[in-house]
Amino acid sequence: MFGYVSRRVLSAIPIALIAVTACFFILRLAPGGPFDGERALPPTTLANLRAHYNLDLPLIQQYFLYVWRLLQGDFGPSMVYNDFTVAEMLWIGLPFTLMLGFTAFIIGTIVGLVAGALSAVNQNKLPDYILVLLVMVGLVVPNFLMAAILQLVFGVYLDWFPAGGWQNGSLAHLVLPVTVLVLPHAGRTARLMRGSMIEVLGTNYIRTARAKGLGQRLILARHAIKPALLPVVSYLGPGLSYLLTGSLVVEQIFALPGIGKYFISAALNRDYGLVLGTTILYMFIILAVNLIVDIVYAWLDPKVRYH
Amino acid sequence: MAGITGKDAVLTEYARKLETLDAPKGRSLTQDAMWRLARNKAALLSIAVVIFIVLFAFLGPYLLPWSYDKIDWSGIRKPPNFEAGHFAGTDQNGRDMLARIMQGTQMSLIVAAVATLVSVIIGVVYGAIAGYFGGKVDAVMMRFVDIMYALPYILFVIILVVIFGRNPVLLFVGIGCLEWLTMARIVRGQTLSIKEREFIEAARASGASSWAIIFRHIVPNLTGPVVIYATLTIPEIILTESFLSYLGLGVQEPQTSLGTLISFGAPVAETLPWMLIGPAVVLVTLLLCLTYIGDGLRDALDPKDR
Amino acid sequence: MALLEVKNLKVDFQTQDGVVHAVRDLSYTLEKGRTLAIVGESGSGKTQGAFALLGLLPRNGRASGSVVFDGKEILNLPLREINKYRAERIGIIFQDPMTSLNPYLRISRQMTEVLEKHRGMSHEAALAESVRFLDAVRIPDARNRVHMYPHEFSGGMRQRVMIAMSLLCQPELLIADEPTTALDVTVQAEIMDLLVDLQEDFGTAIILITHDLGIVAGSCEDTLVMFGGRVMEYRKTLDLFANPEHPYTQGLLAAVPRLDQKVDRLSTVSYDFMVGAREA
Repeated sequence: MFGYVSRRVLSAIPIALIAVTACFFILRLAPGGPFDGERALPPTTLANLRAHYNLDLPLIQQYFLYVWRLLQGDFGPSMVYNDFTVAEMLWIGLPFTLMLGFTAFIIGTIVGLVAGALSAVNQNKLPDYILVLLVMVGLVVPNFLMAAILQLVFGVYLDWFPAGGWQNGSLAHLVLPVTVLVLPHAGRTARLMRGSMIEVLGTNYIRTARAKGLGQRLILARHAIKPALLPVVSYLGPGLSYLLTGSLVVEQIFALPGIGKYFISAALNRDYGLVLGTTILYMFIILAVNLIVDIVYAWLDPKVRYH
Repeated sequence: MAGITGKDAVLTEYARKLETLDAPKGRSLTQDAMWRLARNKAALLSIAVVIFIVLFAFLGPYLLPWSYDKIDWSGIRKPPNFEAGHFAGTDQNGRDMLARIMQGTQMSLIVAAVATLVSVIIGVVYGAIAGYFGGKVDAVMMRFVDIMYALPYILFVIILVVIFGRNPVLLFVGIGCLEWLTMARIVRGQTLSIKEREFIEAARASGASSWAIIFRHIVPNLTGPVVIYATLTIPEIILTESFLSYLGLGVQEPQTSLGTLISFGAPVAETLPWMLIGPAVVLVTLLLCLTYIGDGLRDALDPKDR
Repeated sequence: MALLEVKNLKVDFQTQDGVVHAVRDLSYTLEKGRTLAIVGESGSGKTQGAFALLGLLPRNGRASGSVVFDGKEILNLPLREINKYRAERIGIIFQDPMTSLNPYLRISRQMTEVLEKHRGMSHEAALAESVRFLDAVRIPDARNRVHMYPHEFSGGMRQRVMIAMSLLCQPELLIADEPTTALDVTVQAEIMDLLVDLQEDFGTAIILITHDLGIVAGSCEDTLVMFGGRVMEYRKTLDLFANPEHPYTQGLLAAVPRLDQKVDRLSTVSYDFMVGAREA
């Protein structure tokens, strides 16, 4: 088990490196830079600015400089928000995004698992049909549309929850954004769980468990849960990925102070530092979660563990 | 975005089945599946609705009095008004909403079709190369695919789009570049298994070029997976494109897409609800039907007691 | 009184393509401690007939008729009731030991739960008893092996585990559904010997379901031949082998390869007897 874990960690490092490199070169090789504003800057100013940000060095050198600094936690300066370094900006927004993302992730996963299991056990009966319908809705409606609808219905017409903003820690302000993020995730998880559970319930070993005279609850809890969970757990890594990209738009729509807001405006302003920094941060989060998911999977599946 | 249809699992399973059967049996596997699909009422209804929407988008404009960019100075911000010919109302610039919805749907559909085509081509070529050369080349190429799976590629697309501007071609190619992974895996699997078979040796002995052989043997077995892949990918692409358009990174003025329409309609939905409702209904219906079709395909390919 | 009386058992399946009559009018009797072989090819209905006894049919299966076990009607009992019979009074071993054991649970867990449920034993007592049974089926080093996962056992050993598991509560009837089909020929013989020995030790009645007439001769007093869901012949095994009456049985017997004859072609079963025998 320890060998498995260390192998996964080690293989994550080249992935991270490749991703950072790819990001870096894509951004740098693109036409247009942070100083291509509407007014052309005088050439000397431009040259000074470029020198200040090391943009006049050969590309390879810039790259190594960047990676070196990165390892020390220095993401470089923001080229548009002159008073801040990228690290500082990320530091401000990161806790919020993490909180939003993980809350939605955990709630969505639990709801999805329970809904999926219930659906499978009651296959083709009324609870199943209702749940499948709800899941469809959650899945199909794009998150930006869902956000707009929820804002309108609950925020404006019914006035149950605030339609946006973040009064520094008020739970009510979280309800709508979290719901928007939870719905598609719970939907996908529920679908996977339902399919997986139905398949497990049809296996020979569940038939054996029934033939042993065990009760339905015991069979579900002891025999069916683990195998049913496996495909769902595999999905959770990419699932978080989708959730985080969803949070980009949710943070914008609900005017929430996370790094999603920065990412979009940075992208539009060609602020290399901030875009790179945000991307790298997202990537690390996702890689870390994937690693954890791999470990959980190994713990669940004895064939992997005892190899 | 991607992944709502679970196409990865479905296609991998299907491809696995194809690998273990000979070509003629493989074809009947697909026929079987099509027949079963035809019995799925929800899927059939969805297909009908999708066809209707396509006709609506491409033929509709010919039936309307207003075009999507023509401004009606006398009818700005007006709710649906049948007499003036504005069946879905007008927007803040006085343009007819129904025409804009049709145009937006056209755009979304075109992007989806082209991007799917791009991803199929990339996937087939990539997978064929990996499978054909095998060994280290294959290992490296597939490792790359694994990496791509793990990363939030939507961020890359946003970066790309921002860098290279809101060029429609880039949109197609960029989105297509996100989705080819599954196709590549399948084609690679097929190529590998075909490479193993003896008749390749026989054919080569008779002087045919290996490329020709492989293509002649892969292609017939590919129609099934490609059709299914396309059907499952299109809703994902429509979602991705609307997402990008919503962020302002998609289609440019005066062209519009469903995502852009929604991004305009959402902020003013309180006072001008028709600006949101129209495009929203079309988008959700389209996606819902495509998802049902995708589900139907999955059940048709893997007939278990549902 | 016979241990088991099956009368006019019918099993139908609702499928997308219509109703499939898997078992039509099956009847037989089994006395305590005796062995009945149910022989037939794939699709003859032999397995479904057995599953119906314990209520193990798939969701779209319907059984009708009468199954009386120890004087009580047990066909189509509600779940709570039939669970009292399962494992405790009627045991069953399945055809494929690879897929019939839960790969995610240890053998110890899969065995002790039977005793904990049906005998109310504590975990330690159940574990000791399980090891005893593993010894009885000749699993080497049972005390340590019991904590392993199924994938750590070979096919033959897995089937022994299944046999041990099914006998834990010393049921009066054991249904063995093609116990040797998924195994090597040499292992087949060992398993059959094991079953015969266990029957002597525990006095269990056995229903042996198989397509292989070869293993029937040495172990079963009566034989029932099925085809297309119907009974073709039902007699004492020795009589059947000596004087098969039905052309299908004759075909089956002729198809068993013999060491003492030299043949150029293996004989196959001709289905001429089916003419006129098929109805909806």
